[in-house]
Amino acid sequence: MTINIMRNGEKSVYEVAEQDATLLQVLTEIKTTQDTSLSFASGCRSSVCGSCAVRVNGKEVLACAYKPQSGDVVEPLRNVPLLRDLVVDMEKALSFNKVAKSWAITPETLPLVTPDAAEINEVQSDCILCGACYSACPVYAVNPEFIGPFALTRNWRYVSDVREDDVAGKIAAVQSNGVWDCTLCGECVPVCPQGIAPKSDIDMLRNKSNVLGYMDPKYASFGGGLDFGAPSF
Amino acid sequence: MLDVLVIGSGGAGMVAALSAKEAGANVAVVGKSYPTRSQTCMAQGGINAAMGEDDSIEAHIADTLKSSQGLGDADAIDKLCREGVEAVAWLDHLGVPFSRSAESTIAQRRLGGAAADRACYAQDYTGLKILHTLYDNCLKAEIDFYNEYFLLELLTQERENEKEVCGAVFKVLKTGEVVSLYAKTVIMATGGYSRVYDHYSTNATGSSGDGLAVALRAGVLLSDMEFVQFHPTGLKNASILISESARGAGGHLLNAHGERFTDELQPRDALSRAINEEIKKSGAVFLDIRHLGENFIDHELPQERKLAKLYENIDPVTDIIPIKPVAHYTMGGIAVDENAESTLNALFAVGECANHNVHGANRLGGNSLLELVVFGKEVGRNAAIAAKVSKAIEVCGDGEVEVIEYLEMIKSYTNEVDFYKKRSELGELFYHFAGIERNEKGLSSALEQVHGMLHELPKMGVLDSSLVYNTNLIEFLEFSNMLHLAEVMLVAMLERRESRGAHAREDYPERDESLYSAHSGVLLHNKRVEIGFSKVTRKEEV
Repeated sequence: MTINIMRNGEKSVYEVAEQDATLLQVLTEIKTTQDTSLSFASGCRSSVCGSCAVRVNGKEVLACAYKPQSGDVVEPLRNVPLLRDLVVDMEKALSFNKVAKSWAITPETLPLVTPDAAEINEVQSDCILCGACYSACPVYAVNPEFIGPFALTRNWRYVSDVREDDVAGKIAAVQSNGVWDCTLCGECVPVCPQGIAPKSDIDMLRNKSNVLGYMDPKYASFGGGLDFGAPSF
Repeated sequence: MLDVLVIGSGGAGMVAALSAKEAGANVAVVGKSYPTRSQTCMAQGGINAAMGEDDSIEAHIADTLKSSQGLGDADAIDKLCREGVEAVAWLDHLGVPFSRSAESTIAQRRLGGAAADRACYAQDYTGLKILHTLYDNCLKAEIDFYNEYFLLELLTQERENEKEVCGAVFKVLKTGEVVSLYAKTVIMATGGYSRVYDHYSTNATGSSGDGLAVALRAGVLLSDMEFVQFHPTGLKNASILISESARGAGGHLLNAHGERFTDELQPRDALSRAINEEIKKSGAVFLDIRHLGENFIDHELPQERKLAKLYENIDPVTDIIPIKPVAHYTMGGIAVDENAESTLNALFAVGECANHNVHGANRLGGNSLLELVVFGKEVGRNAAIAAKVSKAIEVCGDGEVEVIEYLEMIKSYTNEVDFYKKRSELGELFYHFAGIERNEKGLSSALEQVHGMLHELPKMGVLDSSLVYNTNLIEFLEFSNMLHLAEVMLVAMLERRESRGAHAREDYPERDESLYSAHSGVLLHNKRVEIGFSKVTRKEEV
């Protein structure tokens, strides 16, 4: 099997004997038997640590959850600074979790959480911060300060939690470079290894924002906003 | 100068940092990876707290003591279990999305060796969700993280005729620089050493025991290093963990003839041995969860289905899962006193790298997540208090010079021997001779081979000369750390001439209370390993 790996802009071609192995097993095999200089990040091998996200033939995957085909082209994630080979710097991307205030503020006495209420953000809290959605997001081409899919999903994970005491503060945190900057193109959805749909979460955040009196600034700029209150003829 | 430097950014490190910060300390967390990538994310089963109506703190204490097989410290276990309910309530307040029962309480399930449904869980993502929630809370608390900093050595100084830790030296992966961070107190939270068993381990590749090896080189006492827990159900080919919750929910173990052969909910040590025996006898063992049904599997064990499909090409809904026991958790660690402080002044330890004597000879499922919360809070508080009264000065130790010299020397290593091959060999050696069952002959020959590898290190080395993100170098340093730990593990395994918990000697099959109701302790003295035993201070026989 032939595996092509984009290394700092140039293609390296490796021949591997591995059959029915994950891409991470193949990369490890290359590193330990052919080329010790090949750099990639890895950890748990079971899709929960989020270390090994890369792109294969242009699509984001976890190397530990993907079985390669001969001829595949493996590249690092996009929208994040490249450190070396398949390793990227996640610091800035992760900093958006802080911008989005994605943490819980809970009251002294917690409300009861029913099984249904727990299920509301069950999938969102499966996020492993692998950065696949961030890499797939086209908004970064025009706005590098966009809070982005995983941080917005994380914001929604807390906003939708019945224990949360500061929904207003969280919604306020994602108005600028946040929910309205997303184009709802949905590129983030099919690449998520955990089956999360950031686009839907962002949509929910928009609804919640509307309820709290925020408007899409694109419309708000029309002379003080459109008034759908009283019909005028 | 920091008040508290936390090394290791997993669950234990982050709880410690939150607690130190709350106690008013100036704290930073350093990790060789990113916080959410640490081993804690792989914990699946749950976190124990005696909250159920048919459960009690006394029952939790009794189960834990029993499982520790005489090596648990009764006071430490008492604290662990008593603070369980409060620990889970704290996590609930932090926002951990636990699964819920029909009565809207935190859902609990039964794990091996427990008298009741005691493990609070979030599907089979308990560790992942606790870890991420802790990370979010650290961001909220504005705790500083230094990510992708690889620990090289501790910095120490002599003050008032006593040696104390005063910081640590790191390799920054991103740039290749060597930097020192100075602190009044240091908390080691670097995780376990199961990867000595290489691919015969459920653990992430990073579980190379760096913190323990560094502590050992700094003259710190490690204890009970011979106790390594084998998890009964790793996937046969990939050693990926299939959670105990699969058995807790009613999963069966079958031999090659499709027959059940043992009690599936025994503690992990006994069950791993039973499976090992059965694999020798009938050739294979399988986990069968088909009768639990697709709905239950997708709801409660979503990870397991995905991983079995990926690595074994089988679907647990319709097929039985081939398994084998593999190294999972290391009970041994940096010896600490009741304040969680090590034998080196100002050095504290918590989590899997520490030995708080709560697991003894065999850890119970659900007690390690609990340990990292209960003792993480404790150690953070204690380190913050110690920092307040510390008279340590800004810059200390000349350890950085030696470290840089050592890194330079590695460049001259000859690369005649491939350390990646040696790493696999070490794993084979440990799995077969220092694994589920051990004997004098096998352990001695393993020790001889480990000595050979240590001697051969200068013939190994690093081929990649890049400064930036040199994982070849990091993996060599990790391997070297594992070799140092392998040596002390084997010495301890040889010296404990009895069978107890996870340490099963074929040549000494009985438990020997007269000699070994004691913790083993290992030290490096003039580069030689010294071993001794200290009697268990307070124990209650169950």
